[in-house]
Amino acid sequence: MAVAAISASEDGIGAAMRRRLAGFSRSLRDNGFKVGLAETRDALAILALPPAARPSSLKPALRSLFCANHSDWERFDDIFDAFWLRRGLRQARTVSGSAAETRIPPRPLPAAGTPTGTPGLPGHVERHSDGHGTGDGRGKREGASRVENLAAVDLRHIVDPADIARANALAECLARVMRARLVRREQVRRRGRRLDLRRTIHRNVSHGGTPVDLAWRRRKIKPLRLIVMLDTSGSMSLYTAFFVHFLHGIVGAFREAEAFVFHTRLAHVSAPLRDRDLARAVDRLALMAQGIGGGTRIGGSLATFNRWHARRVINSRTAVMIVSDGYDTGAPELLGDEMRRLRRRCRRIIWLNPLIGWRDYSPQARGMRAALPYIDLFAPAHNLESLAALEPYLARL
Amino acid sequence: MTLSRDDISDRLAAVGYIADRDIATALWLMDYLKRPLLLEGEAGVGKTEVAKALAAVHGAELIRLQCYEGLDQNAALYEWNYQRQLLAIKTREGIGEDAEAIEEHIFSERYLLERPLLAAIRREKPPVLLVDEVDRADEEFEAFLLELLSDFQISIPEFGTVKAISIPRVMLTSNGTRELSDALRRRCLYHYVDFPDVEREARIILTRTPGIDTALTSQIARMVAAVRKEDLRKVPGVAETLDWAATLAGLEVHDLRQEPEAVHETMICLIKTREDRSRVTREVTDRLLGKVA
Repeated sequence: MAVAAISASEDGIGAAMRRRLAGFSRSLRDNGFKVGLAETRDALAILALPPAARPSSLKPALRSLFCANHSDWERFDDIFDAFWLRRGLRQARTVSGSAAETRIPPRPLPAAGTPTGTPGLPGHVERHSDGHGTGDGRGKREGASRVENLAAVDLRHIVDPADIARANALAECLARVMRARLVRREQVRRRGRRLDLRRTIHRNVSHGGTPVDLAWRRRKIKPLRLIVMLDTSGSMSLYTAFFVHFLHGIVGAFREAEAFVFHTRLAHVSAPLRDRDLARAVDRLALMAQGIGGGTRIGGSLATFNRWHARRVINSRTAVMIVSDGYDTGAPELLGDEMRRLRRRCRRIIWLNPLIGWRDYSPQARGMRAALPYIDLFAPAHNLESLAALEPYLARL
Repeated sequence: MTLSRDDISDRLAAVGYIADRDIATALWLMDYLKRPLLLEGEAGVGKTEVAKALAAVHGAELIRLQCYEGLDQNAALYEWNYQRQLLAIKTREGIGEDAEAIEEHIFSERYLLERPLLAAIRREKPPVLLVDEVDRADEEFEAFLLELLSDFQISIPEFGTVKAISIPRVMLTSNGTRELSDALRRRCLYHYVDFPDVEREARIILTRTPGIDTALTSQIARMVAAVRKEDLRKVPGVAETLDWAATLAGLEVHDLRQEPEAVHETMICLIKTREDRSRVTREVTDRLLGKVA
């Protein structure tokens, strides 16, 4: 066994051992571990010590050293065993395929494309216009190429690829502007009412300690955290592509934002969205967002969120934004229950429903009606104007 | 003085900490590599206990910094004693000292109030610094902490730079309410603390609950393990187990099977939300008891 090899080389680590360790670090890196030179160096130091002779203490030592979070922790033993106990070779590679499938290490391209910029992904644009066979006739309005007018056009009716590109860019911009305004308002509000004793005393030593020149303490207001859950089911498909851009803008602009997509199940998509390369982010997300066509389980997805994600991502200044048409194939009672739970945890629930923009819409879907009592703001989201109208609301939170 | 891994594991046992297999290695490594140790795990698995045990092992002082939202450097690092400063200004002014001398005087060591982080680096004998629930503090504080952990020096504007007299053993705990930064994670060794297994939990109950009999402890440990497998919102931690064990011992229960009524009624020690309470009905406890006993 390789363990014997470890104990044999305990005094002064041979070149072979160094190579093996480098190989181990590499296979950890392949599995998404963040292993740097410092860790490898420390590992070498550990290997030179007597406890390393025993695999029962070598494994926990290396585990403490190389792991950085719980998911690392859970996968480490398999990788370790594969590498050290099965004579190493290339078995670790096979492990990397099976155990790490959930984690694709993001490799940002250096300066590929403009970050905020024009979404120039042909495949994406095609997909969008493909979905609009019917809307073609009236979709192309005369003024639709002008940005101001574009804002009022229902997103379903924007079909010209150039317009789509512009609408998407606008969505990104909008998300960024929402953030920018939030910050400014915070700064205006920053007039605290508490005395800062430390500064006051320091400033007034020359007045003999008489507090002439007062220093005030400013209240620091934490930025709003925004969690967006996007319905990517079939019934939303006309809007999905657009909202993916909106999500990208939000995640990129808010310091504290998390994004999820759901159809029959929920997926956490903040990490792929943080890719500054818009085209690739959208690409990666499109794969995750593809509805399988089993309907929409809003209630079930929310249950997943409440059970597994809420504790980590929700704090006292969190607004949850759900973008969905409210057509739930699950039981409406479940949706109602989960909405109630969610309501108790977060500050506001905003439900954006593209259908509200349609003429004569009233929330008839059973799921939508079950959810309504827990919603703070039920707003349309069928065009850019309606999204822009949200900004003052968010700023007041 | 660096203890070997076996020494640490022996001493942990001696101070009454029932350790899981690997924690001794992590604690030894912490000393050897001089890195902080980050402990993660569900609430109630006994992360804070590890720090207390480590302090006991080394016979060191435990300095604890409890993090919370809005924790700032004043509360974590140092504060001036304002009342005394004001008093000193007045009296010295009386004897006609000039402003500069007064300033020199009131920003001296005598008027400095140590807070945990400053205290931790100014001890002769290296203490154990426990930064509890670091995920509750905000990102700015985390960045500041990172700086402190790499340099072990603190600069106080009115006073100068304070270098560490001894390097404390640093332990951080996190409940995972917020994702910690990669930089902090990289800086630390990592250990995931899980709920103790049945055998270990039984030993914990035995050492912590005086006068309880061995058969009952293993029943309790198995019952708690079964309750944890139920779909609960708040999973009972080790502290809850100990409460429950103490309660049962107080009620002079000797065999859970004999007294299902008492078991059901004392479930409030383990179950802490109304929702869970309605889920764990009499039938459920009976079913669990049947499996356990």
